[in-house]
Amino acid sequence: MENLNLFIRSIFVDNMIFAYFLGMCSFLAVSKNVKTSFGLGIAVCFVLIIALPVTWCINQYILVPGALSWLGERYAETDLSFLGLIMFISVIAALVQIVEMVIEKYSPSLYASLGIFLPLIAVNCAILGAVLFMQQRDFPNPWTATVYGAGSGVGWLLAITCLAAIRERLAYNKIPAPLRGIGITFIITGLMGIAFMSFLGIKI
Amino acid sequence: MKISKSWLPFVNPLSQDNPVIVQVLGICSALAVTAKLEPAVVMTISVTAVLALANVIISLMRNTIPNSIRIIVQLVVVAALVVIVDQVLKAWNYEVSKALSVFIGLIITNCIIMGRLEAFAMSNRPWPAFLDGIGNALGYGIILIIVAFFRELFGSGTIFGYQVIPQWWYDAGYQNNGMMILPPMALITVACIIWVHRARNKDLQEK
Repeated sequence: MENLNLFIRSIFVDNMIFAYFLGMCSFLAVSKNVKTSFGLGIAVCFVLIIALPVTWCINQYILVPGALSWLGERYAETDLSFLGLIMFISVIAALVQIVEMVIEKYSPSLYASLGIFLPLIAVNCAILGAVLFMQQRDFPNPWTATVYGAGSGVGWLLAITCLAAIRERLAYNKIPAPLRGIGITFIITGLMGIAFMSFLGIKI
Repeated sequence: MKISKSWLPFVNPLSQDNPVIVQVLGICSALAVTAKLEPAVVMTISVTAVLALANVIISLMRNTIPNSIRIIVQLVVVAALVVIVDQVLKAWNYEVSKALSVFIGLIITNCIIMGRLEAFAMSNRPWPAFLDGIGNALGYGIILIIVAFFRELFGSGTIFGYQVIPQWWYDAGYQNNGMMILPPMALITVACIIWVHRARNKDLQEK
């Protein structure tokens, strides 16, 4: 039950894009059509679902003060938390590289349409952001961390698919020439952000 | 004005190929640090240092990095540089570094850096890569400072922390627009900049 609440809360209330504005770059650039953005959303979900339990274990058994006590008495005092950022980013980068190879092998068309934004998932702030929030919130076990990752990923997927659907419709509208494309997308994201702010007060 | 070809990597990103409003990279930090001018300026300087150095380092190593692990190599280089910038800032101005600590960590996930490493440094020699790094960081900084200027002016009535909206305006009923401090308005401010920029550069407009 606890986990279900966390899942729903991380989709709607703590939405990565509209509540924290993390992972905007690929969100704005790839959302031209629903199919591509759905593919990227799934990739981000996948990376998040694997990255969170892995980094949870790294954080719990290597990084936090006293975590190395399983190595023996000598290490009981060791505090490696300053290595956090580098450790997390390496894990994420390795995962992204694996996802990139898998997509290149099984769906070359998706690979071509994602272009530079596929390797850029590694620096998608949504993923490092989720890992850092996980560290901050002190989840009790890897399952909770996985649920949180899945929720954030689905929230991101939802946001990018919504935006892509709106943008597909926008193609038929008469927009002032200088605003066409990325300009109007910024404005729509801003408006969606204002709308999603209404979820902020909800406590589940 | 005629610009020699070797300076193009520096000049292009300032306006014609601006990283934020044309390439759409580095939006997250552009939203996060632009509520006030001071963090925006410090962020610009830090990104300039990290991007120029990272571009040169990756460009020097470009022939020895195996393609399948290039992302990890790039990220480790960037993360190491960010840690150095963080330490320098702590030694040089502890107050600012304390106020900015989260944002400095965010440089690692700034897509401009990864984007330029992937798109330019991996296939060019060190000197053009250095120019490209400086140019892109400055192009990013220009946008950051314009957005921060308007958000701070309308959101808190100050510039660099100095009060510029006179007190009698407030007495006459003027109020700071609290909405400008929130991230959605940063998006809309950037959209206005794009509007002005594309109205002047017709070739960038999408049909």
